[in-house]
Amino acid sequence: MSGIIHSFQSLGAVDGPGLRCVVFLQGCTLRCAYCHNPDTWSTSGREFRVEEVFEKVTRFRPYFGKEGGVTVSGGEPLLQWEFVAELFRRLKAAGVHTALDTAGIGSLEGARAVLKFTDLVLCDLKFSTKEDYLRYSGADRNRVTNFLELTEEMGVPLWVRHVVVPGLTDGRDHILRIAADARKYSNFQKLELLPFHKICAAKYDQMKIPFPLRDFDECPQEKIEALYGLMNVPR
Amino acid sequence: MNHQAWKNFNGGNWQQTIDVRNFIQTNYKPYTGGETFLAPATERTQGLMKKLNHLLELEREFGGVLDIDTQTVSSLTSYRPGYLDKEKEIIVGLQTDRPLKRGVNPFGGLNMTRKACEAYGYRLSEKVEQEFQYRTTHNEGVFRAYSDEIKAARHCGIITGLPDAYGRGRIIGDYRRVALYGIDRLIEEKKKDKQHAAARSMEAENVRLLEELYQQITFLGYLKEMAALYGYDISQPAQNAKEAVQWLYFAYLGAIKEQNGAAMSLGRVSTFLDIYFERDLRDGLLTEAEVQEIVDDFVMKLRMARHLRTPEYNELFAGDPMWITEAVGGMGEDGRTLVTKSSYRILHTLYNLGSSAEPNLTVLWSAQLPEAFKRYAAKVSCDTDAIQYENDDVMRPVFGDDYAVACCVSAMRVGKDMQFFGARANLAKLLLMSLNGGRDEKSGKQIAPVHAPYEGEYLEYDKVLGLLDVYREWLAKTYVGAMNIIHYMHDKYAYEKTQMALHDTDVHRFMAFGIAGMSVLADSLSAIKYAKVKCIRDDTGLITDFETVGEYPAFGNDDDRVDSIAQEQVRLFYEELKKIPAYRGAEHTLSILTITSNVVYGKKTGATPDGRKAGEPFAPGANPMHNREKNGALAALNSVAKLSYDVCKDGISNTFSIVPQALGHGEEERYGNLVSILDGYFLQKAHHINVNVLNRETLLKAYEDPESYPNLTIRVSGYAVNFHKLSKQQQREVLSRTFHEAM
Repeated sequence: MSGIIHSFQSLGAVDGPGLRCVVFLQGCTLRCAYCHNPDTWSTSGREFRVEEVFEKVTRFRPYFGKEGGVTVSGGEPLLQWEFVAELFRRLKAAGVHTALDTAGIGSLEGARAVLKFTDLVLCDLKFSTKEDYLRYSGADRNRVTNFLELTEEMGVPLWVRHVVVPGLTDGRDHILRIAADARKYSNFQKLELLPFHKICAAKYDQMKIPFPLRDFDECPQEKIEALYGLMNVPR
Repeated sequence: MNHQAWKNFNGGNWQQTIDVRNFIQTNYKPYTGGETFLAPATERTQGLMKKLNHLLELEREFGGVLDIDTQTVSSLTSYRPGYLDKEKEIIVGLQTDRPLKRGVNPFGGLNMTRKACEAYGYRLSEKVEQEFQYRTTHNEGVFRAYSDEIKAARHCGIITGLPDAYGRGRIIGDYRRVALYGIDRLIEEKKKDKQHAAARSMEAENVRLLEELYQQITFLGYLKEMAALYGYDISQPAQNAKEAVQWLYFAYLGAIKEQNGAAMSLGRVSTFLDIYFERDLRDGLLTEAEVQEIVDDFVMKLRMARHLRTPEYNELFAGDPMWITEAVGGMGEDGRTLVTKSSYRILHTLYNLGSSAEPNLTVLWSAQLPEAFKRYAAKVSCDTDAIQYENDDVMRPVFGDDYAVACCVSAMRVGKDMQFFGARANLAKLLLMSLNGGRDEKSGKQIAPVHAPYEGEYLEYDKVLGLLDVYREWLAKTYVGAMNIIHYMHDKYAYEKTQMALHDTDVHRFMAFGIAGMSVLADSLSAIKYAKVKCIRDDTGLITDFETVGEYPAFGNDDDRVDSIAQEQVRLFYEELKKIPAYRGAEHTLSILTITSNVVYGKKTGATPDGRKAGEPFAPGANPMHNREKNGALAALNSVAKLSYDVCKDGISNTFSIVPQALGHGEEERYGNLVSILDGYFLQKAHHINVNVLNRETLLKAYEDPESYPNLTIRVSGYAVNFHKLSKQQQREVLSRTFHEAM
């Protein structure tokens, strides 16, 4: 069993609880306007056997402490669900906390296999309407809803994430819809607002593709705080 | 003996013999709570600090040196007493008669003193020139004995930064002894030791000891005279906390008046002093605000300590450092933590007085430290970037629980061990010299003995290792030889009388060797082994450049293929050094620490097989080379953690910079994550880490507009420095380093 991997980030402090080793998988079918990892879209890359990855990420166990662990991100990790399921199965067996950072777009059967060994789901609710989702991410939002229902059914704790782009995803109604949506799920634990930043612009330049949000401003921390105040959800 | 000064202290062996550790162990009170008890700076402290900040500003405006007394040779009693504000100061004593005024100290080397004066628009006075006309300085002594080969090795930069023209430093007097026992008792003990020595047979070593003891006793006397100039009688033990701090500071002050050593560390004083503070608090003699005021005042004094240096020296050790290192925290051998309220108080000075590079606050980290203290230290790091961490769990088994840290990473038992400081050898250059049959790749000159140079177009790993073996042996012999000469002459012409008087007479000596360019060497060998490296020769056959094709595993990615090369090369060098006996029976130790000399070393080293261009800086200390870490910060830490402290007992320095956003979303989350990083790193027996939590943009702004960031403190290899005190080139080097910013 092997997976196509973009990279490893041994110090992940913002993708789940505690310190985490983050494995970025290659391949994504979405084309989100604010994507900061366009270099993970393609499905080609370096292949790693699951035992290799297991060996690599568990070297960071001394840093995990009580809360930390391994997060699989991407790309869209559910595209390689067999690999992720096997990696998580091994990690769980070894007592390592597993988190899946996903958009929720993938086969539900695949997701079911992965969630069986998942301690925490981080799911990005990108846009609050079907139209916007299609327009700015290029997919059917119902698929995300189906995925979230599955996480609820399987009782996997859920952190909802949302990228705040000033002038695009920071409207009052929009934010309240996202919050209401998140609250619907009994496994929902907290909502994280992620400020939009443009560090990724260099990657777009390098790949010689246009960055759709080039003309948008980065999101100041004050705005994030104000929106948290508005939503009144656990953070 | 039962002094009034010792009232309410628990008795113990410390009363019969000089044994500060026993005093601490029988009397200190561990503290496991949080920081809420701390007191803010008083109005007095704020006023005094304002005055000091103004002087610091003037010093900056004057190009880094406020004033020099070119007429007076620095010693314990050679200046009239000086004050920052005589009425308001709680702890008194300055190196010269005015704050920030620097004295001249030509005992290490007259030429260095002359040049230093000239660099700042002064001229060393005729008076001092004449005083030294018939005196041999340490520097003169060394150059009388240096061989041509040592001189050549030194000149080409394969061995650099040797303490052969200034004080060697790295010796920590047990300044606490003066507070606990008073000078008279210390003199009495030294006189006894001298009598014992006098009864032994008069071999050279014993005669030398007798003379040294004579000098130690004399200088203890001078220490009393120096204190008397300030109106204090320190012949008897300190009676209360304020006196304890004052006595201890006088002892330290005497040391820095006498010696201009590169690193003049303070030791491990906060938990010792805590016993006095607790007693006075209990007796209602002090309030918490007053205790903090004393600590603040003491630290303010330490921040005023200065030595006069030449521009060449600053190029190596930038930022005017004194390395007034204070070791804070750690665990006791009995399992109780050595963290006390005063561990908090000394860290708290970074808030009360603002961030600062000095004193060099060093937290001794253990998995067993109280959680509240771990969190507080992490908070201080996030807020100030001013502290460093060292692994108590690897040092305590070697040095016990009353060791301190000299300079950046050199552990030694306080008052029982001393070291002969020895800068470092450039192992990246050693590789090039090995390939070139002993010639310097920059000048083409023959430096080491002739041996057949590498033949063939492409480098083969085994052949290269064979050549390294040949020249490593030569380098070790040359290096130990130079060190033996230096320390023989330093003992002869610039012996540390005050500091050694505050050591046991039967002292254990280390000889501390060092390595620079470790990651360049490891990556170069990895490139040779895993990629293809072609030699490029000039018309004299000298290999001056390389063409490296293909990828190779680089140090800093937790990849055993290259990390094991690094481990092996460090061990081999250490073993080679140990083969050559060290002066005065010293124990060989090794460090991987460059301070800021990684820039100069890089300048003096040609292109290397790892793809580094000629003249480019090395990574500092044991750090991976810039931008070769591809798996994030913890992978880099894991690589460094693999270097064995067993062969590097003089320390393994690592500098870690991260942007706050990459450490967590909120403040508490960041503190928690930083604690996890430190716990995880040290659990793997790593030795040292500098932590910087700051944005590159802040540094860029400080680079462009230094005036607006006068107090921006950052940690570089082994010490903290005010960013504005680095040269532009060093600032650029810091900026080019890897900032972990995965978000």
